[in-house]
Amino acid sequence: MAKRSFLIPGVDKRLLIKDSIKAMPDFTRRRFIAGGASLGALTLLTGCDVIDSSSAETMLAKVSKFNDAVQAWMFNPDALAPTFPESAITKPFPFNAYYDLDDAPDVDGADWKLEVRGLVDNKKSWTLDELYQLPQVTQITRHICVEGWSAIGSWTGTPLRDFLKLIGADTRAKYVWFQCADKDGYNSPLDMRSALHPQTQMTFKYANEILPRAYGFPMKIRVPTKLGFKNPKYVVSMEVTNEYKGGYWEDQGYNSFSGS
Amino acid sequence: MSSLTVTDAQVRTTPAKAIQPAWVRVMHWINALAMILMIMSGWQIYNASPLFNFSFSRDITLGGWLGGALLWHFAAMWLLMINGFAYLITGLATGRFRKKLLPITPAGVIHDVRAALTFKLGHDDLTVYNYVQRLLYAGIIVAGILIVLSGLSIWKPVQLYYLVMLFGDYPTARYVHFFCMAAICAFLVIHVALALLVPKSLRAMIIGR
Repeated sequence: MAKRSFLIPGVDKRLLIKDSIKAMPDFTRRRFIAGGASLGALTLLTGCDVIDSSSAETMLAKVSKFNDAVQAWMFNPDALAPTFPESAITKPFPFNAYYDLDDAPDVDGADWKLEVRGLVDNKKSWTLDELYQLPQVTQITRHICVEGWSAIGSWTGTPLRDFLKLIGADTRAKYVWFQCADKDGYNSPLDMRSALHPQTQMTFKYANEILPRAYGFPMKIRVPTKLGFKNPKYVVSMEVTNEYKGGYWEDQGYNSFSGS
Repeated sequence: MSSLTVTDAQVRTTPAKAIQPAWVRVMHWINALAMILMIMSGWQIYNASPLFNFSFSRDITLGGWLGGALLWHFAAMWLLMINGFAYLITGLATGRFRKKLLPITPAGVIHDVRAALTFKLGHDDLTVYNYVQRLLYAGIIVAGILIVLSGLSIWKPVQLYYLVMLFGDYPTARYVHFFCMAAICAFLVIHVALALLVPKSLRAMIIGR
């Protein structure tokens, strides 16, 4: 396999796979799940209509919802993700997305504003300069991808819970829903308890430098208690809401809670 | 396979103790199903970010893509964990593990491995496990426990941090999870081959005697 020839093991192959999956319409993707279902289970449970592809899908979706509840129950708001010394940082930290770096959003920091919507007292939009004035902290934590690989990075920014307090967010609401500048409109819901976790951060810097385009300029949400796809980059708006609005990957079948 | 059929008369006239009690048989086959689902979906998950320079053919994986495989993996895990936990509790409480699997002595294992390789290992009394069986069955229980613990570690590396510590760190737990899978697959090959060589052991696992 060509994998070994890349600087960052596996990245390009994953992109390739993702691109090809992405190229398929939703219907095909769902058929893939169903196809897998019949392959494995038909041989084992012949004649059992649990394995009828659409009911297998329904059953799996139900279990995934149940797993959301189990993970919310397991979630300890005081449990911190392990932190590491600077020497442990993965270099280079991988760029990972469903598109090439060349296609990553190229946001003009001067024009960009963070929109705030939903159940908050102050719905004013924030410029980058205004956000940079907020107190910042640095964390060196492990980013874990849904694919299994992981990398340790250094992120600096404002704890999201401090910002939510500042804008008078209703923290009894269920979700903070992020929308991003990625092509095709990336978005992802974050449950409020994870949003209020002390390590959940509005990130403006990587390795003490202004967040580069590859890692989500101008702002990423770093959630070390969640898998990577729940750490949105190129964030353009956040909405405090009780409504489950779905997410780019969540809607395709990744478990919605996906907590670490 | 006519030997598989048992008439009511036979059942009544031979009240002999079952070689494999009902709870062992039920849990064995639930476990077999759960393991196969876990392994096949696990291979598809592995393919998303291979640890080694190979991937599993899509023909033998479950789920179609990473998202589908994860749904299967995190559904079948409940079957595996609940059944496995019940098996461990029952095995310990009934004394079955102690009676069937112990002792395991190096001399006994060497003797029986040698006998097995020269096809001289007898299976006259299926209620008594030879040393090769004892070692393999005890080993597969350990592998089963380790694969669940390492799996929980990589599923919940923050909430179950103490489990991750047991393996060192998150990437190591991933490797442990992989090698446990490899050990279980190796066991499966031997286990199925031997069951086919000694069909009455397969029969005992289906109908009890």
